[in-house]
Amino acid sequence: MSKTPLLDQLESGPWPSFVTDLKRIAAKKPQVLDLLGQLERSYQEKITHWKHGGIVGVLGYGSGIIGRYSDLPDEFPGVEHFHTMRINQPSGWFYTTAALRQLCDIWDKHGSSVMNLHGATGDVIFLGCRTENLEPCFAELTAAGWDLGGSGSTFRSPSCCVGPARCEWSCYDTMEACYEITQEMQFDLHRPSYPYKYKIKFSGCPNDCVAAVARADLSVIGVWKDDIRVDQSAVQAYAGGELKPKGGGAHVDKLDVQADVVGLCPTYCMSYDGKTLKIDDRNCNHCMHCINMMPQALRPGTETGAAILLGSHAPILEGAQLSWVIQPFMVMESPYDEFKELNSRITEWWAEHGKNRERVGELILRLGMREFLEAAELPPAPQQVRIPRANPFFFWNQSDFDAEAKGRKYYQTEGFDVE
Amino acid sequence: MGISKEELVEEIFQMVEKAHGKRKLKASDIWKDMIKKHPEVDKKIVQDAIKTLVDAGRCVYTYFGGSFVEIPHEEAAAKH
Ligand code: SF4
Ligand code: SF4
Repeated sequence: MSKTPLLDQLESGPWPSFVTDLKRIAAKKPQVLDLLGQLERSYQEKITHWKHGGIVGVLGYGSGIIGRYSDLPDEFPGVEHFHTMRINQPSGWFYTTAALRQLCDIWDKHGSSVMNLHGATGDVIFLGCRTENLEPCFAELTAAGWDLGGSGSTFRSPSCCVGPARCEWSCYDTMEACYEITQEMQFDLHRPSYPYKYKIKFSGCPNDCVAAVARADLSVIGVWKDDIRVDQSAVQAYAGGELKPKGGGAHVDKLDVQADVVGLCPTYCMSYDGKTLKIDDRNCNHCMHCINMMPQALRPGTETGAAILLGSHAPILEGAQLSWVIQPFMVMESPYDEFKELNSRITEWWAEHGKNRERVGELILRLGMREFLEAAELPPAPQQVRIPRANPFFFWNQSDFDAEAKGRKYYQTEGFDVE
Repeated sequence: MGISKEELVEEIFQMVEKAHGKRKLKASDIWKDMIKKHPEVDKKIVQDAIKTLVDAGRCVYTYFGGSFVEIPHEEAAAKH
């Protein structure tokens, strides 16, 4: 009789099964048999048998290794130590097959051979290393040009969409930005010095394929400032059914430009008279809907950069939050000095004032957007308004009276082009 | 003349050693304390001093729901 009847059920059905994969690996790695055994026990008893380690790591680094121990080491000695290693992924997750084979060879030699591409931060995840094998594995990885990613209260490995490598909508070079920031942030990636985790994700356009708005504290989302480029003859080809909406991926075969595009524009800034498609670009909020529907007729403008948003996180202290705009437009070009400086002002303020396990978005909620904007040296802009004011009180600071006396206007465009 | 780098490293080590078993120190607890005591140093200097201690194996970064700087000690979870 099988020793893992509950797990075996996960092999039924039409889907790929991690249980099948683990059984295949177990044929050459006996510790994976113990992994299956302990998991079966957990399924029976409805309780985890993993203990968290807090000290294990490699010399000099405070991140990249997550300690895991079994609380049933006598019964399942193969998983007595089963630490996780995070390996920083290349920008856009582009690997050569030689690079993937190299990673697999190193992991076959030093660990359980169980890996996961990719974890939530984007890293390659090696699952199941004994403590004494961590340093040799790390040494071999670094000798081959790989490095550990972030974990704990550090800057986490940044990630990006494939951007201009494969996508014509990318408004900046996401992969270059991601690589540059990875290099810039080496100290913060490996040596925990923040109140809690801090993530940056780069998406090339508002389709936001890496879900930066929900998953990164600092979300860098490509956007354009000028007008959507329109090819009216291609609009007609969509209307006539010669071009398929969404490149053939839509729910309809032939596009009804009025109903499927104009009628679904969230800001009602489009019109179509059966011949010409018009866009009031000043009222476009860059949602990408029309461009996604008619990619051969519409394209982002040519004056491109990124909107910078801050604050998203999963529920820890406060509930889950999405990032919100702190800078509506920034030119994103190497060496990304403006971005690096803003990032550094944000992390300095947060490191100074954040409590243990308080994400930067939660700190803004606690201390207020005003204090944040002052610390980050960002001018107020209408796009930063996240929720309309609900109370009638406003507390003036002395600096407001001073600025007013000097003739400050309440609405200013200095610093950003908010037009 | 202010505190030398070597003196700063030793002072941080003593602070971490004294806290061991009583209170877990975050890197920010250390730099805030050192900047208060020695206004001539800045956060970067203190962080480099912590790095010197960690690179030498005299201190380690630990993670218990947040990251801390501690004296190396046996991992409780590793005990049977
Ligand atoms: S986020 Fe935009 S630019 Fe990046 S891959 Fe997705 S659609 Fe393309
Ligand atoms: S991008 Fe969105 S908001 Fe802008 S015109 Fe197209 S559908 Fe309307």
